[in-house]
Amino acid sequence: MARREIGEINAGSMADIAFLLLIFFLVTTTMDVDSGIARKLPEKTDVQSDVIVKEKNVMDIVVNRNNQLLVENEYVKVTDVKRLAMKFIDNGGGIGTPIDDKPGEPCDYCGGEKDPNSSDHPTKAIISLQSDRGTTYGMYISIQNEIEGAYTELRNKLSKKLYGRTYDELLGDYKDNPSKSLQDKIDDLKNKYPQIITEPEPIK
Amino acid sequence: MSKFKKKKKGLPAISTASLPDIVFMLLFFFMVSTTMRETDLLIKKPVLPVASEVKKLELKSLVSTIYIGKSKDTRIAGDKIQVNDKIVEVKDIPSFIFSERALRKEDEVKFMTTSIKADKEASVGTILDIKEQLRDINALKISFSTSRGNDLSSNYK
Repeated sequence: MARREIGEINAGSMADIAFLLLIFFLVTTTMDVDSGIARKLPEKTDVQSDVIVKEKNVMDIVVNRNNQLLVENEYVKVTDVKRLAMKFIDNGGGIGTPIDDKPGEPCDYCGGEKDPNSSDHPTKAIISLQSDRGTTYGMYISIQNEIEGAYTELRNKLSKKLYGRTYDELLGDYKDNPSKSLQDKIDDLKNKYPQIITEPEPIK
Repeated sequence: MSKFKKKKKGLPAISTASLPDIVFMLLFFFMVSTTMRETDLLIKKPVLPVASEVKKLELKSLVSTIYIGKSKDTRIAGDKIQVNDKIVEVKDIPSFIFSERALRKEDEVKFMTTSIKADKEASVGTILDIKEQLRDINALKISFSTSRGNDLSSNYK
């Protein structure tokens, strides 16, 4: 019986296999990014200044412990909040906040109905979100999301009109290459539709 | 003399037999080093609410996370708050933030963000209490951690 020669296994492709695995792991182990709704809390001040705000400049959103919503004393669904908020913010029925001693001007970029019984100006429009201690967090986030959505859409619309690109695109551009002119545009949009959200003490 | 000249001189091929080993070593290194450092949750893993208007959290090293969710023991009701591997009360939040600040450079403190990872069933009262505590110590940048999605109806069932 002749001894059969056992051929050597070619290990040349082993490196390729290992490389393939290596690249697979490199690509797939991207860590899950933490994303969320960003909010800036108001600073605490000792001095309580009494600012008189007209009733019509405040949009009251009340949510109770059964996750039911009241907007301006009317029962609505969460999905309606965005539309109502946009209508309210973009109304532009009066004159805006005076800036640096200059008298306030009427809103020349608003697309609203100019209803005298709704908000005067986006810079004056306050959204008040009153929640109950027992409201679920999911509901709370949904409302916050809708409000955020309203502001984003308004900024997008204005940005498209002024610069031909949406606000989101501008933000993306700014991230890729931060420039002064872009920063100014973004700040300008933010100032035109500032987020003024107040959260009064929750209902016990 | 001719006896010694028989050996042919040629370049010996470089053995590539050890190449797989080197690559495997690299592979294992990456596999081991990219394990995510995730704090052990002592509470039930919070089911994050869904939101569409989300922003990515930049500067991960400056983020301190607060977890809010139900206790693992189903008999215990109410929201539990966890920071850094332990369950705390609302009044302990400031000291947690101070200890987080102490780990960072002074000029980075103002960029620090608090990420709130709360279960969608948690009550807003707890969240607002925490917000009040954060306001007291001037930790004003917060982020409500959510998962990205367009269908929000699962948030309020």
